[in-house]
Amino acid sequence: MMISSRVFGDNGKVKEYHYTGPVEHKFSPYAFNGGTVLAVAGEDFALVASDTRLSEGYSIHSRDSPKCYKLTDTTVIGCSGFHGDCLTLTKIIEARLKMYKHSNNKNMTSGAIAAMLSTILYGKRFFPYYVYNIIGGLDEEGRGARDTYKAGGSASAMLQPLLDNQIGFKNMENVEQVPLTLEKAVQLVKDVFISAAERDVYTGDALKICIITKEGVREEIVPLRKD
Amino acid sequence: MALQDVCGFLETLDDISPCTYLPNEMGYMRRTPFEFDRDSAFHFLPPPQQCSRKNRAPTLFSSTFSSLSPHQQPFQLSHGTTTLGFIFQDGVIAAADTRASCKGLICCPISQKIMPIHSHLVVNTSGSGADCMLWERILTREMRLYQLRHRKRLSVNGAAKLLSMMLHPFKGTNVCVAATLCGWDGEETQETLQSCMEIADVKKAVEQDSNVSAISDESAQGSVKMASINEQDEISKDTQALNPTSTFGGRSGPRVCYVCSDGLQLKGEIISVGSGSPYAYAVLDDGWRWGMTVDEAVALAREAVFRATHWDAYSGNNVDLFHITAHGWRRRDREDLKEEYYREREREKKKIKEREKERQKREGDELVEGEGDIYSVHCG
Repeated sequence: MMISSRVFGDNGKVKEYHYTGPVEHKFSPYAFNGGTVLAVAGEDFALVASDTRLSEGYSIHSRDSPKCYKLTDTTVIGCSGFHGDCLTLTKIIEARLKMYKHSNNKNMTSGAIAAMLSTILYGKRFFPYYVYNIIGGLDEEGRGARDTYKAGGSASAMLQPLLDNQIGFKNMENVEQVPLTLEKAVQLVKDVFISAAERDVYTGDALKICIITKEGVREEIVPLRKD
Repeated sequence: MALQDVCGFLETLDDISPCTYLPNEMGYMRRTPFEFDRDSAFHFLPPPQQCSRKNRAPTLFSSTFSSLSPHQQPFQLSHGTTTLGFIFQDGVIAAADTRASCKGLICCPISQKIMPIHSHLVVNTSGSGADCMLWERILTREMRLYQLRHRKRLSVNGAAKLLSMMLHPFKGTNVCVAATLCGWDGEETQETLQSCMEIADVKKAVEQDSNVSAISDESAQGSVKMASINEQDEISKDTQALNPTSTFGGRSGPRVCYVCSDGLQLKGEIISVGSGSPYAYAVLDDGWRWGMTVDEAVALAREAVFRATHWDAYSGNNVDLFHITAHGWRRRDREDLKEEYYREREREKKKIKEREKERQKREGDELVEGEGDIYSVHCG
């Protein structure tokens, strides 16, 4: 087990490169493993996409570590941040889903999973899970949420304004606001991740898209830059 | 099980014995604050100091937990906002911006900071977003339980005391909640309902302000909520003295109360919270009078938030406005301030043009007069 002795800045990038005298390093229970997640929803579909790179500092631990986890046939969660907390959090969510299924004899709806996640995360208010979560899914009637989108993770600050412009038609005047179709959304997500991989070092290797429609959850893998 | 230990799941459930859930009016009153807290919704979240008292084998992590708290946060909690609430002769106005920022990044440009608790109470939240959301839910739950147990609504001051007591165990931690409770105290009597219905028959409920959208639906009395501004003016003049002091001492009337996670509780007429509050106070102090009309009050609140969003980097995007009267709360449509900025710029440009024209006219007149003199001098 490698105990990290580097100091992580607030955005996860490594600080303290030059010698400043003896520095005391406290044990940090957190590490930043990078990765970007994205969710987009339309009238009758939802998609959750993430890159598959797992990094730490200057190294890449794995090129095949996707960050979307399928929870039910109608819900997928994307978790990025500290990989240890992502794994534990998804295990807890899956356990709670099973408990709900056994006591209520039905699957949890997407909205209910989101509400439950909010309380699980708040339960560790004083020692938080270092995870950026985005839940994408359809509701009980198979409807998505029209034209909603959210980016999370290391490249989120770059992707969110782009999505605001392309899906939300924000910051533009006199544009025709066409509703979002599944094909356009998938193409947009691919373009957006290719752009993110160009500019963010923690994003790259491959892109995994989980597409949720009333037929179920379908996956698509697209290669990205490996450098 | 390892997973159970990690989330501390069963451990906290065991602490609650079934008998604490029995409804018992006297017992409810006599409970100590700690027991009261345990019974309430956050049994899943014991405050950090109390963790160590439970008999857990000391592990590597428990010693580092206590030293961990504020310093090792991997990310910043969201802060920064402008919210305000004030009372006047016709109720309470609660207004807020909609920007949720997280240390330089705007997490959500369309967050909702004013949340209704029940039909006659809304809360303006500021501070940490997660804390505010959760405590607002807990407060709503407790107020509903109080209403069911005691068959009357808890007053605004009572709600403030309740919230303050619930937040007290977390004093010293970095829970950051600064809530302004804005509401209308007092029961709606049958007379007000009667007069309200009569006026509703006589005048149709034609909305002066066509922007009104969602209305509350939680009132147990089921009173007429779609009251127009005309109606409310009539009723307030009938049933309420215009003298402000009479409602202060009395049981019913508008109230504004501030509760902070440090334990501070303030009552007043104008309360503004957040990084943009100095700018909001400047506008509010200038324009506030007890005898304002509803339109004036709404315009004042909107202007205050608008100015605060202009000067404060952490406030912006839209304005939410709620108006609470004896009949309940009414919500104005969310307004995008971008339009207001452009309108103001246009107004400024127009003013400058007009001033230019006036100046030229004046100079032209002076020139004409001056020419006359010069002419006469030359001639002379």
